[in-house]
Amino acid sequence: MMLSERRPILLANARIVDPSRDLDIHGDVLMADGVIREARKGIGAAGVPEGTDVIDCRGKLVAPGLVDMRAFIGEPGAGHRETLASASQAAAAGGVTTIICQPDTSPAIDDPATVDFVLRRARDTAIVHVHPMAALTKGLEGKEMTEIGLLKAAGAVAFTDGAKTIENALVMRRALTYARDFGALIVHHTEDQNLVSDGVMNEGEFAARLGLLGVPKAAETIVLERDLRLVALTGGRYHAASITCGESLEVLRRAKNEGLNVTASASINHITLNENDIGPYRTFLKMSPPLRIEDDRKLMVDALSSGLVDVIMSDHNPQDVETKRLPFAEAAPGAIGLETMLIAGLRLVHNGEIDIKALLRAMSTRPAELLGLPGGSLKSGAPADVIVVDTETPWVLDPAELKSKCKNTPFDEARMQGRVVRTIVAGRTVYEYV
Amino acid sequence: MWSTPFALLPGGRVVPIDVPLMNIASKSSFVLNRRHLLGIEGLSRDEISGLLDLAEEFVELNRQIEKKRASLRGRTQINLFFEASTRTQSSFELAGKRLGADVMNMAVSQSAMRKGETLIDTAITLNAMHPDILVVRHHASGAVELLASKLDCSVINAGDGAHEHPTQALLDALTIRRNRNRIEGLLVAICGDITHSRVARSNILLLNAMGARVRVVAPSTLLPVGIERLGVEVARDMREGLADADIVMMLRLQRERMSGSYVPSVSEYFHYYGLDEKKLAYAKPGALVMHPGPMNRGVEIDSIVADGAQSLIREQVEMGVAVRMAVLEALSRNLPNA
Repeated sequence: MMLSERRPILLANARIVDPSRDLDIHGDVLMADGVIREARKGIGAAGVPEGTDVIDCRGKLVAPGLVDMRAFIGEPGAGHRETLASASQAAAAGGVTTIICQPDTSPAIDDPATVDFVLRRARDTAIVHVHPMAALTKGLEGKEMTEIGLLKAAGAVAFTDGAKTIENALVMRRALTYARDFGALIVHHTEDQNLVSDGVMNEGEFAARLGLLGVPKAAETIVLERDLRLVALTGGRYHAASITCGESLEVLRRAKNEGLNVTASASINHITLNENDIGPYRTFLKMSPPLRIEDDRKLMVDALSSGLVDVIMSDHNPQDVETKRLPFAEAAPGAIGLETMLIAGLRLVHNGEIDIKALLRAMSTRPAELLGLPGGSLKSGAPADVIVVDTETPWVLDPAELKSKCKNTPFDEARMQGRVVRTIVAGRTVYEYV
Repeated sequence: MWSTPFALLPGGRVVPIDVPLMNIASKSSFVLNRRHLLGIEGLSRDEISGLLDLAEEFVELNRQIEKKRASLRGRTQINLFFEASTRTQSSFELAGKRLGADVMNMAVSQSAMRKGETLIDTAITLNAMHPDILVVRHHASGAVELLASKLDCSVINAGDGAHEHPTQALLDALTIRRNRNRIEGLLVAICGDITHSRVARSNILLLNAMGARVRVVAPSTLLPVGIERLGVEVARDMREGLADADIVMMLRLQRERMSGSYVPSVSEYFHYYGLDEKKLAYAKPGALVMHPGPMNRGVEIDSIVADGAQSLIREQVEMGVAVRMAVLEALSRNLPNA
């Protein structure tokens, strides 16, 4: 990877949105030596260091780079779908400056040596920051907890069985108890596999019409409820990986009101799409958990605005022709999202459903806080992970132009408004739209 | 110490003849006014001190060539072990024999229990043989107490489940007292699998009764909920847990608990909770190291520490025989016809 020379950068005349300070002003952002120096009005007018790249950002928005808390990447084991390198290219194009990769790899990221491998591989091949979550149980089997202390020391930022749910409540209790001693965050995909059974989409009228087996919302809510009671018992730190419906929001609200150390994510898919988008059996819209009805989507967006749901993540899950060009029930779930999460989120902003600051907070500041990472802010001294966004220009998404190795986007041919025009990681421009 | 008379052996070798050899009668007249020793719970400070004082005499006796007493002569002691044990069982056997009792070891694995006899029926059967003292170890908490309620003889708890192991706590106390001349005011850190440890429970009770400060150190998965109500400080890492400790008492971690159920792995457990020189340095300089055995070297304790100058682990075994003699003697003095 060629690194451009790192000169100071001034992003001038921009609309600056920094959710970490509740800031929305017009002004300049100066960064040097990989960190933010200042973000305020009139820096350029007062003079900048010699050799500074001055970039006029009139009419553009400048914000902290996104921290994507949930991306499934094929490395190690499935590099034909996505490598750390290709995922990082996609991320940079989507304004994501930090990827949190999931441990569902082959082998699973369940020992310190594999964490080390991912970190070194990312250092050598990726153009954005990459931090792995490690498996919570050995081999993602849901039976025996992993070496949480040693894995955290090796660089794992949280512990999860990825897209798998831990069925055994005792295993979850012990893991929460043990992880608490290390201040480790447990992230859990909450779907009762017995209730999911052979279901492939949201249970209800539309599934009945399509003749597809449904997944009840209760499959999600029951596990979430169980987990939150275990959090109350153990005092652990818990994050629901992907919640999708109003019932789960009620459970979450109660736990938060009780003061439990609980947070939650929603995927970009569940807040911008609903089950009707599946239309004629479009397998790119097959997700786990499944897309819900429009009422649930609206409740999820409101919960993001209020802060009840903390994080929006991409749920980036590259699947190729072999796993997606199949009858709906046989296709693998998942969609790519690193490259489209911000622009899909902008749709909500343009529709007046959510405030841009709330959107960016949920995509940058909050995930960084939860994971103990330094990004998600434009404060002086914060890492110079910054994006420049054109929020207005309309365009149509062509999957062929996506950087990801797989093209399974639910937004193919979708009309978009706004795009990322520049992504800066550690003070270097790693992506520029020309 | 008393002045030591000398005897000349053939070849001119001089050996000291200590007082216990010449003085057959015990100096301490301590009597444990109880029929059974089922646990430390309920023992008074005076009773504990009395047992330890008596045990001191047996420490001396056990270092002589002639180790025999006749105080249990005619008595029958049955060691009934439902759970495998090497050191506790042999130590009780030696203790009984040195006091002159007829000692029988019941190998439960081959006995009627395996054929489906209930614990109570076993008790009734044994009772018919008129033993005077029954030493019992059982894998279930409370089983020894249950047996005791059905028997006419004295019962000594040699460990019941995760409940109590009173003679271990007494021998630990004796070891501490001999090395520090006191127990009161010392800070004792008990580290490891507290949840499943009878040794921990008996030690917490005894050390608290004697005025020591007790701290338990373990990952949360190995700490029972509510442990702080037992009068201990709780720490979840060794640096905090060993700070200012006078005594570091390590506990054994069972193999089946090491691989993901309670702790993730041996290597992680050793990394964070295994006692090595670095972690021992968090304790007071010269802090003493104890372990009830059998040790898992490289799991809860490093060999260098286990065999090092601060280790009392071998002394604990020696104290075990003396303490068990003291318990047998003190209980037997309270037996009918004593």
